[in-house]
Amino acid sequence: MATFFGEVVVAPSRAGLDEEEEEREETPEDREIRRELEKKREIEVLWSGLAQGPLACSRFVVAIGRNAAAFLSSFILDSVCWEVVGVVKLWNEWCRTSSTTNVLPTDSFCLFYRLISDPTVLLCQCSCYVAEDQQFQWLEKVFGSMQKEGLQVTILSTCPVADYKTQESTLTLASPFLKALKTKEFQEQVCCPLLEQPNIVRDLPAAVLSYCQVWQIPAVLYQCYTDVIKLDTVTIEAFKPLLSSEVLKSLVKDASESTKMLKKFLTATESHSNIYI
Amino acid sequence: MFVPCDRGGGPAASDFKGFTLLMPAVSVGNVGQLAVDLVISTLDMTKVGYFYTDCLVPMVGNNPYATAEENSTELSINAEVYSVPSKKLVVLQIRSPFIKNKYRPFCEALLSWVKGSRCARVVVLSSSHAYQRDDEQLLGTPLRYLLTPDLEKAVGGLMQELNWKEMEKVAAYPGISDTDKVLHIPGGGITKLLFTESCSKGIQMAVLLKFCSEGDNIPDAFVLVNYLNEWLQLVKSESNNSTDSSSQWKIPSSWRLLFGNGLPPALF
Repeated sequence: MATFFGEVVVAPSRAGLDEEEEEREETPEDREIRRELEKKREIEVLWSGLAQGPLACSRFVVAIGRNAAAFLSSFILDSVCWEVVGVVKLWNEWCRTSSTTNVLPTDSFCLFYRLISDPTVLLCQCSCYVAEDQQFQWLEKVFGSMQKEGLQVTILSTCPVADYKTQESTLTLASPFLKALKTKEFQEQVCCPLLEQPNIVRDLPAAVLSYCQVWQIPAVLYQCYTDVIKLDTVTIEAFKPLLSSEVLKSLVKDASESTKMLKKFLTATESHSNIYI
Repeated sequence: MFVPCDRGGGPAASDFKGFTLLMPAVSVGNVGQLAVDLVISTLDMTKVGYFYTDCLVPMVGNNPYATAEENSTELSINAEVYSVPSKKLVVLQIRSPFIKNKYRPFCEALLSWVKGSRCARVVVLSSSHAYQRDDEQLLGTPLRYLLTPDLEKAVGGLMQELNWKEMEKVAAYPGISDTDKVLHIPGGGITKLLFTESCSKGIQMAVLLKFCSEGDNIPDAFVLVNYLNEWLQLVKSESNNSTDSSSQWKIPSSWRLLFGNGLPPALF
């Protein structure tokens, strides 16, 4: 296949397996490099101030991506009712997180919060990218620290509307919009239509939902299809129907606080996007 | 590892003694996976469990074989197991590619499950790059088979009767005539590894593959699944003169929009 510039490019196979990789035997040096890389890419989950043994958890809300995380910051989280109880340290080619808990909405981080009045309610904001080879580790280390009995999981995530498969063109769709996927055990009402085939969800949200389906944990994923890649208040507000769900309605903070928070996000994004001062 | 859907089933839920395990290799054109989709959809197979692994890229979606509103909301993940006990058939469907460096652990986990679940034999549906064929392979049928020595003893004769062509070995160093001949399945993903491991572990395995290229691989899937049907007789085959050899297979509802969305009206 020739490209615009005339050079020949091998069309990538949908099968995804690089053949040279499969034929080459691993030398001891290769093995050493691979092990070092694997060690560097290991995820660390640091819990603070918790009792030993698995966390008792009744509700676990995971917000994956900047906009989902900002939704929780705007409408649910505050420094009075919630305390930070955990942080994920990871490194990959796209981002690096640290163990600091003092973060900006545009940073890459993965933090866990607990409701002080009901310590079985946990929230996670994961705005960093968790790579393919790290997703399973994230699952095992996070869920491994929790009691699964009586647990219900809610996942919030965003993805480009261009990925949405539909008979019409995506240009005519009113985005952002929400779609849901739920596990077999999830019996409650969902706040938006279910995601139709042939659409699928990938990455960490898919990993968490798969885990819940296999281990029979009631869970629901709310995927927001949006045409904005960066932090965006319209996308953040697209998650608002969730505020009337069983899981979140008792956790919603004051409306005036939410408006203040959203205004902060607006200014944070605008100053970066304007190159003509 | 295999995790049954029905926890209450006890150890019997994981026992596939005497069953044939059908599975795809993630290979060029995803032909094996498409063919397995046709089998699951046509035989209306029931999901019996998941193959929970860290070796495949995670993905989820709603039921890809939905036929009505009621059954469209069951969640599916990247590796699931279906069965139809009346045909002693169990099927593993794989829906995503391997995570880097994880294909070997996956093969090990899979073959260890095959032994543990007491499957009688494994049939792998796969494909290989059409552009890598040599002059002789360019002529005649694009379909090939391979049998491990243990399965050769059982069904080798049947393959002769069906007039099937065995996958040729190629020279280890092309162009040099007196080198060893080796098995080479370019674009076949883990097919070769699964086959060679099964040979050495005494597992009865058959590989059915088609030479193809990336593109619209639906016709390739139909050809491969009809090839499989010549042997396993999963559905009643149409007569040889029928022009529509695809009519006995049911296309799953998830095969919509494979090549993109509808066009924006403003384009015209």
